Amino acid sequence: MARIEVKSEITGTVWKLKAGPGDKLESGDTLVLIESMKMEIPVITEDGGTVREILVRENDPVAEGQIVAVLDD
Amino acid sequence: MFNKVVVANRGAVAARVLRALNAMGIKSVAVYSEADYGAPYLEMASEAYAIGAAPARDSYLNQDVLLDVIKRSGVDGVHPGYGFLSENSGFAQRVEDAGVRFIGPSPQWIDAMGHKTRARELAAQHGMPMSKGSDVLPAEPAAILAAARAIGYPVLVKPAGGGGGIGMLPAKDESELLAVVERSRSMASRGFSNAEVYLERLFERPRHVEFQVLGDRHGAAVHLFERDCSVQRRNQKVIEEAPGPALERSQVDAVADRIAAIVREIGYDNIGTVEMLMGADGEFSFLEMNTRLQVEHGVTEEVTGVDLVVAQIRSAAGEKLGAILPQKIAVTGHAIQARVYAEDPKNFFPSPGKLTVFRPPQDKSIRIETGYAEGRDVTPYYDPMIAKVIVHAASREAAIERLDRALVAFDIKGPKTNIPAVLAILRSEQFRSGQVHTGLLPEVLAQAKKT
Repeated sequence: MARIEVKSEITGTVWKLKAGPGDKLESGDTLVLIESMKMEIPVITEDGGTVREILVRENDPVAEGQIVAVLDD
Repeated sequence: MFNKVVVANRGAVAARVLRALNAMGIKSVAVYSEADYGAPYLEMASEAYAIGAAPARDSYLNQDVLLDVIKRSGVDGVHPGYGFLSENSGFAQRVEDAGVRFIGPSPQWIDAMGHKTRARELAAQHGMPMSKGSDVLPAEPAAILAAARAIGYPVLVKPAGGGGGIGMLPAKDESELLAVVERSRSMASRGFSNAEVYLERLFERPRHVEFQVLGDRHGAAVHLFERDCSVQRRNQKVIEEAPGPALERSQVDAVADRIAAIVREIGYDNIGTVEMLMGADGEFSFLEMNTRLQVEHGVTEEVTGVDLVVAQIRSAAGEKLGAILPQKIAVTGHAIQARVYAEDPKNFFPSPGKLTVFRPPQDKSIRIETGYAEGRDVTPYYDPMIAKVIVHAASREAAIERLDRALVAFDIKGPKTNIPAVLAILRSEQFRSGQVHTGLLPEVLAQAKKT
């Protein structure tokens, strides 16, 4: 089982969690919505898999490149 | 005239208003959130107050804290800038109730124009050119479908209480309308705490042409011509210019005169902008009215020679337009503004970060409006605009040339900026020929990707 790390492309604040542990996601699905500069930016997984862990909570600050979730394929 | 004014805003507009207050000899009060502590423009103010944490709801949108500053600092006026609380009639009323003048229109006008279908109704009653639209949609699917049929597809579903393009969604035919209405309602309810939506005719490739107006508290109102703001991304303006290119002068002047007459008739009493769409058929129709100073006011200042911020403040203080403005307002040359955003030029994603280098071009013919300086952080808390670059020249061609050079010379390191995207537009055949429309920016970027 491979570990897939999903990173935020931008710096901002976690606005909403869109998936939780155990959820089966496909490529292109949204894990988390980040709010930055008055925009909502989705953090999307490029690979399908099962969510092992979401590493952020709502209102947490996130940095560009920070891992926000881990999936198992 | 005012003795002391608080500027309830941040960034480029705070700097701009402080400059105007200083020029007028009015004492000024600035406010800042934790993220804006030490911002360069704060030094321009006579006093500065900390108003809370970085998120806007804890500071620039916190009415209680701002009212406390207003009372403590003993001001007799509040300039709201644009964005934040500038179009919040509740805040304007609280300021007035505290015996302090809100530097903007009377709260009733903010209210009347803030609700989109009520504003459309008011404008239509006074003979404003309108496109077909519906009232706030009822719950019954049959009635929604009937409303769309009366307008004709494609239609645009719009939140009645909203702005900034949020929740605005197109529906191309009957099969998708109800689902689109549902999505728009959900976004409107989340974004504006008001789930009301309505329908408008959807224009294909429209131009965004807006008219600057100014009224006084004695029943006078004039227009200061138009701005074209068609170059947008995600319904937000990127390039603005005055006068509008490739327009029939007699037609646009007639629309401007009609708008000025309507604004006078309803008794509008401060600065405002009437936004219109121009369809492919060349007809204008009312979009909305913004009851505040616009981000792009500078291009109008450049071509008319009128300092709009000073004029707005003098009008709010009760002076008559006849004393504030020259007898005849005329347009000289051509002005263009580019908004420099801290964002990825390809996907428009925000790009906050430290401005390790921030060196605007040093040239008297280039006007820069900014609230930033080298070494400052562009934080994720506010909008991504870091500077406005404004040029004025004898012709549109010369203005485009000058803006191109200014943007090339603007040295910014740290955040990514949209400067490459703006340059691609300025150098495109479509923009140079004046064939602008609201879909131009994505079209030009797509072409650039192919070649």
